[in-house]
Amino acid sequence: MKVTLKVWRQKNRNSSGSFKTYESPELNGNMSFLEMLDVVNEQLATRGEEPIAFDHDCREGICGTCSLVIDGKPHGPHKGIATCQTYMRSFKDGDEIVVEPFRAKAFPLIKDLVCDRKSFDRIQHAGGFITVRTGAAPDANSIPVPKPDADLAMDAAQCIGCGACVAACKNASAMLFVAAKISHLGLMPQGQPERYKRAKAMVDQMDEEGFGACTVTGSCEAVCPKEISLDFIARMNRDYGVALLRGDPKTIKGGGAG
Amino acid sequence: MNIVDRIWNSSLGKKYLMALTGGALFVFLIGHLVGNLQVFGPPELINGYAHFLKSKPLLLWGARLGLLACVALHIASAVTLAQLNAAARPQPYATPGAYGASKASQYMLPTGIVIASFIVYHLAHFTALLPGVNGVGDFSKLTTTLHGETVPDVYAMMVLGLQVKWVCAFYLVAQALLFMHLSHGLAAMFQSLGFRDHVWWPRIECFAKAASIALLIGYSIIPVAICLKLVGSDYVERKKYDLKAANPQPAPAFVAAQGKEAK
Repeated sequence: MKVTLKVWRQKNRNSSGSFKTYESPELNGNMSFLEMLDVVNEQLATRGEEPIAFDHDCREGICGTCSLVIDGKPHGPHKGIATCQTYMRSFKDGDEIVVEPFRAKAFPLIKDLVCDRKSFDRIQHAGGFITVRTGAAPDANSIPVPKPDADLAMDAAQCIGCGACVAACKNASAMLFVAAKISHLGLMPQGQPERYKRAKAMVDQMDEEGFGACTVTGSCEAVCPKEISLDFIARMNRDYGVALLRGDPKTIKGGGAG
Repeated sequence: MNIVDRIWNSSLGKKYLMALTGGALFVFLIGHLVGNLQVFGPPELINGYAHFLKSKPLLLWGARLGLLACVALHIASAVTLAQLNAAARPQPYATPGAYGASKASQYMLPTGIVIASFIVYHLAHFTALLPGVNGVGDFSKLTTTLHGETVPDVYAMMVLGLQVKWVCAFYLVAQALLFMHLSHGLAAMFQSLGFRDHVWWPRIECFAKAASIALLIGYSIIPVAICLKLVGSDYVERKKYDLKAANPQPAPAFVAAQGKEAK
């Protein structure tokens, strides 16, 4: 099979980009979308042209590095998988495929299809952690966790932080990502001490990064390669609401150890 | 930061405001519909109801100001959030996006703008009674006698006002867009406030659909029935004659002066 690619090319952050059209060489239907790009790039390299820059790492759907908006949908036509596990057999021979980078103010473009998703890291740094005491590792089963909570926390923890939710959202909102991170720690006993502080800190950092707000369109959930549920956004809204009403903790004079 | 600043300066805080004010306005819509549906009864019913509301000025103005505050907050949050959202994606996609999103959820702002302009018209039409906007005449001259008192004839005003075809059409367009706005907004309101899980979400969506359809039907049958002359057309025949015969196209100020002299 052969396809025609309409790819966004942009030299760097500061230059303006445009679409360029490329004809692919003969492809195998069992190639992944990224392997197809590899083959096209080989062809470009032999012709002496600059290869198309795109993000990729594990290529087995667990690292969250690959991105791409393929024909208007982040991670391509299928539900619940990332670009790296989208195969060329999902397209027809002779198709024209439009490939764009993730677009958001908080995801500045670096080159071609590569964007900078460090804003997600900064949100994680703001509160996506738990306090762990030093000393010997405690026994893994010493803290009982109710099974439904453990299951829900696991669902939220599936988030690979790829940013497809932001790319799909008409408001470029990062709510689904932030909600997944807040929920997966907030559901576990180990995450309780910082639960409300975490929700406040992560949402505030999200606002600071310039992501949009939620209109509950459900695009994020529809494109998420890990099928994270919008329910988690409601959970985040609950925790953040409690944090807002409480406000910043006031220190007690002479309290604690002195 | 105090709590007002904390809420206003956060994207989630504004979503809470949108949801709470939207919820209050939804409750008003139910009450307003119950009031309006009385037009299907005898004229004394809705005239008596209107007179009852007018006879409690403190309650009436409390409710009016409360509702206006809700509308103002709802619009202010919507506008600031829309600016935030627009700024969050400076460069749009070349391909149509919003995958998996319903049309209603994508067009909350446009439907809201039309509904807001309808509210302004509706207030000018039936609350401020501006003669220039209704295409009939000066509604403030329509009076009737109820238990020996002279009271505004709300029944005649509604019938005469909605018999005008373009007014009826605008009311119906506004109702259709309100339905679209509510079919998404009523469910999203619960999501914004955090009331949602995998068990309750299908029920909430079902409630949103049912409530928005009920309001659409309830609010649409009034202008449709009046425009098709199924309600009160005999009653207003004489009123219409009064309205036109007494003052052949006078200026509003002149009408008011004349009305006083006639009494």
